[in-house]
Amino acid sequence: MKLIPWIQAVVNGLLVGSLYSVIAIGLTIIFGVMRVINMAHGELIMLGMYAAYWVFTLFKLGQVAALLVSLPLFLALGAGIYGGMVNRVERRAGEMGTLLVTAGLSYLVANAAQLVWKADYRSLPAALTTRSWFVGGVSFNYSLMWAFLAALMLTAATYVFLIYTDAGRAIRATAQDREAAALMGVQIHRTNMMAFALGTALAGAAGVLLTPVFYVYPYVGRVFLIKAFVVVVLGGMGSVLGASLGGLLFGVVESVASLFISSGYRDAVGLVIFLLVLLFKPSGLFGRSRF
Amino acid sequence: MSLLQVTGLTRRFGGLVAVNRLDFAVESGEILGLIGPNGAGKTTVFSLLTGFLRPDHGHIAFDGAPLVSLSPHKICLRGMVRTFQNLKPFPRLTIRENVTVGALARTADRELAARYVAEALELMGLTNMADRMPNELPIGHLKMLEMGKALATKPRLLLLDEPYAGLTPAEGSHFGDLLLRIRNSGVTICLIEHVMRYVMALCHRIVVLHHGEKIAEGQAAAIASDPAVIKAYLGKAYAGS
Amino acid sequence: MRKPALALLVVIVLAIYPLVVTNHFFLHLSIMALLYALLGMSWNLLGGYTGQISFGHAAFFGTGAYTSTILLLRYGISPWLGMLVGAVLAVLLSLPLGWLTFRLRGPYFALATLAFAEVVRVIVYNWDSLTGGGDGLNILTDLGGIVRFYYIILALTVVGALLMHRCVRSRWGYFLNAIREDEDAAEALGVPATRMKLTVLAISAFFVALAGSFFASYQLYINPDLVYEPQISIQMIVVTIVGGIGTFEGPVVGALVIVPLSEYFRGLSPVANPLIYGLFIVIFMMFLPEGIVSRIRSLLRRRAPAVAEEHKQAGASV
Repeated sequence: MKLIPWIQAVVNGLLVGSLYSVIAIGLTIIFGVMRVINMAHGELIMLGMYAAYWVFTLFKLGQVAALLVSLPLFLALGAGIYGGMVNRVERRAGEMGTLLVTAGLSYLVANAAQLVWKADYRSLPAALTTRSWFVGGVSFNYSLMWAFLAALMLTAATYVFLIYTDAGRAIRATAQDREAAALMGVQIHRTNMMAFALGTALAGAAGVLLTPVFYVYPYVGRVFLIKAFVVVVLGGMGSVLGASLGGLLFGVVESVASLFISSGYRDAVGLVIFLLVLLFKPSGLFGRSRF
Repeated sequence: MSLLQVTGLTRRFGGLVAVNRLDFAVESGEILGLIGPNGAGKTTVFSLLTGFLRPDHGHIAFDGAPLVSLSPHKICLRGMVRTFQNLKPFPRLTIRENVTVGALARTADRELAARYVAEALELMGLTNMADRMPNELPIGHLKMLEMGKALATKPRLLLLDEPYAGLTPAEGSHFGDLLLRIRNSGVTICLIEHVMRYVMALCHRIVVLHHGEKIAEGQAAAIASDPAVIKAYLGKAYAGS
Repeated sequence: MRKPALALLVVIVLAIYPLVVTNHFFLHLSIMALLYALLGMSWNLLGGYTGQISFGHAAFFGTGAYTSTILLLRYGISPWLGMLVGAVLAVLLSLPLGWLTFRLRGPYFALATLAFAEVVRVIVYNWDSLTGGGDGLNILTDLGGIVRFYYIILALTVVGALLMHRCVRSRWGYFLNAIREDEDAAEALGVPATRMKLTVLAISAFFVALAGSFFASYQLYINPDLVYEPQISIQMIVVTIVGGIGTFEGPVVGALVIVPLSEYFRGLSPVANPLIYGLFIVIFMMFLPEGIVSRIRSLLRRRAPAVAEEHKQAGASV
């Protein structure tokens, strides 16, 4: 039996999976805190990908620069989406309303991107994205390694924020019991806004980091939204730890599965996992604990 | 034969035993109080009885037939219905429509259902506000609505989850009469309460829960002087209220 | 008595309409409006009345379209029969989806429908030998003139409307609303929530598939992007929201507003059309979430549009 392709698949899976984790953590925080399923999460990733693409194309700057530029923008964007739209619709039309309005936003942004940037599949120059280290026949893609490290740092920073800062504690308290948190003096509106901003920033950052590995095009968000759902359900909805582990697991499973499954059906792997989890372990693989 | 017979009922949440080998029975025609301090597992018992939670162990027999593993709506149609402590009106339906849901679940006959609805509204004193929306009603009336919805399913056993909570003292004093009227119309009642004062005068028998276990059972006077109950419970909540 | 009479009048006018209006474009607009009215009503039965938001109805639409087309092209089976087969197939697809997700409380259904529709699309895309893959399928037979198609979609929509109207005016209507408002409370009162949701999903899938078959026969060409795109699901949602989610007339009114706009913008730019749909959802959800019909009703009744706050609480407990 040839081992190398397997090891290679696991390595790639872990590297890409770390980015799935970041995406899913963003989605799950937003869901955990305000019960909002952000259907536009994929488009935020798409915007992050375009940000990285344009920062490189226009200024010849890499992902670190793209991250530094886009993080504050995405934080502001998230706060804006919450304050200007989600909060308003939530008050008037509840959970169903936020589901629908974010779906509309997703569709709107994807098509606006199509209008502005056309349907072209773009990617960073191959010289940049195909550089690899080789260790005993297994290749470690250079930019994926950087993305992996950045993803680990983002995840760690998110944990530190959630566990050690007052704002993070407020977010966790609200996720556990909104009413109790309000009674304890947590300002729900501000906490929601922070959670939404954080979730948005994580999506944008993941988009930036994904750019060397995936084509950039206006409808790419949809692909990642579904992956994010799979990971969130896998890890248990609302669980940050679950999303972190689930992302890595899903990355590996998807990557290994592609050894057997023709590329056309690759995107179906996620759904099968999704359905299996719903069938056998609807609370997620890692139990019910939040955060 | 008891209307409801519970034997060895047990439910764990992770490491916590919420209900532990609980035995009790509800006799036809009585008002039974299920009391205990907050966190004693009372609401969990209701959820187990009505199919919202599955017990880990134990038997539940309603009118002699086993209930465990039936879904909530089937249990309701067997004749046992619960109310929720955190009120659950259907917000965008009128009061009458709210009550009609359960009546139509009981019978497909529109006229019969309308009669059930009218009776329930009348009994709960909601007739003259039947066409209003739930958000136009004060909390006391919402409590009545919660019971009215349940009564319209024509139950034989009504499980009330803290019906007194949120009532003004004036409303509370009328409430006992209301429960007696319901009982006299042929509906057996089992109610959860953590404020003992209310249930003492009303209930024929009382079952006391503490940490998911039954620590006492009997008539009000005996319960009030039971040392185990006083230790577990009366020492704190009763003295305070 | 006024309402049935009004409805009858509308149907009569619609039946006479092609005798008076012979302009091809207007007939096409009317066909599309009726088609979207049927789609919106079907989506609304599940999404509006029962509160189960589906982002995957395109799967049923596409299944209807492909089934009748494949049966016609490969086996020469009449689209009339193919339409029914497609609808039954859509129902068979809907049942495992519902069974998996409806047992769970919360938003699992919405998530599952999106993923489900994508996978059906992936399968259709890759199953070249049966579906023609991305190239799609051409129907080369002439299946009739535009007036014939007009009457077919009119008949389908009227039948669908009558049947769904019966559903929501029977005691089911109470059950569905109760499930939407608070599923646990509905269950506790004897409403068989899971069974009701499955039934309504099946009915909804059935009519959406019929509409899909009709669309394929009318357009004479289908490919996965035309009939399996999430856009199809989004369009059903838009006509419902604009007209009034959870009202019976809503999707009809919504289709009348949206379809002419959409067909107009389709001519301007291929992107403008979907852009409009996205914009409409966002604007209506933000400023008129109850939709045109409900707003008009509450203006007529001079009663404040009810219960935003309560609804929110109900939503929060899901």
